[in-house]
Amino acid sequence: MSNIPEGLRYTETHEWIKDLGNGEYMMGLTFYAQEQMGEIVMVEFPGMLDFNAGDILGTLEAVKTAEDFYAPFECKVVRVNEGLEDEPALINESSYEKGWLVVVKTADPSGFAGLKSAEEYSEFIGE
Amino acid sequence: MDKKTALHDKHVNLGARMESFAGYIMPIKYTSVKEEHNAVRSGVGVFDLSHMGEFRVIGKDASKFLDYLLTNDSEVEPGKAYYSTMCYPDGGIVDDLIVYRLRSDEYLIIVNASNIEKDWAWVNNHTAGYSIDLTNESDETALVAIQGPDAEKVAQKLTDEKLQEIGYYSHTSGVFAGKNALIARTGYTGEDGFEIYIQYEDAEAIWDAVMKAGEEFGIKPVGLGARDTLRLEVGYLLYGNDMDHTTTPIEAKLGWVVKLKTDKEFIGREVMARQKKEKPARYIVGLEVLGKGFPRQGAELFEGNRKVGVVTSGSLAPALGHGVCLAFVEKGFHKKGTELEAEVRGKRIPVKTVKLPFYKDGSRK
Repeated sequence: MSNIPEGLRYTETHEWIKDLGNGEYMMGLTFYAQEQMGEIVMVEFPGMLDFNAGDILGTLEAVKTAEDFYAPFECKVVRVNEGLEDEPALINESSYEKGWLVVVKTADPSGFAGLKSAEEYSEFIGE
Repeated sequence: MDKKTALHDKHVNLGARMESFAGYIMPIKYTSVKEEHNAVRSGVGVFDLSHMGEFRVIGKDASKFLDYLLTNDSEVEPGKAYYSTMCYPDGGIVDDLIVYRLRSDEYLIIVNASNIEKDWAWVNNHTAGYSIDLTNESDETALVAIQGPDAEKVAQKLTDEKLQEIGYYSHTSGVFAGKNALIARTGYTGEDGFEIYIQYEDAEAIWDAVMKAGEEFGIKPVGLGARDTLRLEVGYLLYGNDMDHTTTPIEAKLGWVVKLKTDKEFIGREVMARQKKEKPARYIVGLEVLGKGFPRQGAELFEGNRKVGVVTSGSLAPALGHGVCLAFVEKGFHKKGTELEAEVRGKRIPVKTVKLPFYKDGSRK
């Protein structure tokens, strides 16, 4: 059974999104996805740039596989989790806290509102 | 149905992630690949390698037989070991293996787990005319490896044999943790260390003794995940990835294990002699990744629009902090310093050919 906190929003590409207020949103990889990927050994971050919904923000490299992570809506990247440069496995150990990936900013809150709830995501991954 | 090694329950109790590998259910990692990798580089780690295959060759023609069967020279002193390839007549590699010369007329051959059946059939197909006895002891033999700069200190606590007197690629038969063992200073990590060959039923006792003796050195059990990153970091080839029946030892830069300087006949000699003279059309090379990320097995290599090679193994090198690969490239693109691009999911990553090993500070003696 996966750990899917209430109060966060989720994407079909297994990112979680948290509303920080002031139009800022933190995102990371879900517990379910990190478990599927296995030990993450490298993170490739985006620049502090503007992205459209669905654009590749960066890449997670695990021992056996690699996966991109995506912009959940039109946004600008304003912070990246530099702690992951030295300790990418934080994504495995603390996927919803210390293992966050980036903070993005958007003027339009409707994108966030349209994402999956914890219950919907749980259903989506079949749990 | 996958086989279990004698240490299967130990791994499960340690919480290892178990996966199918070469017909065995094996520990991939216990905690994290990176942690286990670092333990071997800086301290000591212990591996269950009981999936490897063991063939014994005994008889007055043992040396002659192995000289014909294998590309490297069997005439090492008893007590020494050698690395070799075993090839088809066309030069393609059947397997790569380690041979321990136990006595003048007795050898133990260690083969890859994935090739045990194929190798056993191949070896048996070439015995005609040789006075030898062959036994496949793979199922009765367990193998525990102790690797890392502190390996000797740990192993010495468990045996009266003077380990300092056993050089790299040497071995002795003796008592280890109260059990009869073949104690060999060999490994696949680039670090100093020992491989302890024992009876299946003694494996658990040996494992426990090693873990206990290693406690003061922070010993960690190490899975196949870190075994792969450790070997890749020092540029050791892996059968099935970096070589197979379609590659020759000359292309794989294993010419040093092909006894062309002797006049001994061996399977594949003609092709290898010709290839060495005419130079092969491709070579295996080490690639350092210049950007972020790392290409994996199968990634194609380009110079501009021209495809010039393919990655055979690729990973992050934990001790170096960047990606490294082994790859086959066309002749002309194999020289040190050649800059190429690897295609990874539609993107190009810059790479450069470098001299092996990638990691140069290993404690290997």
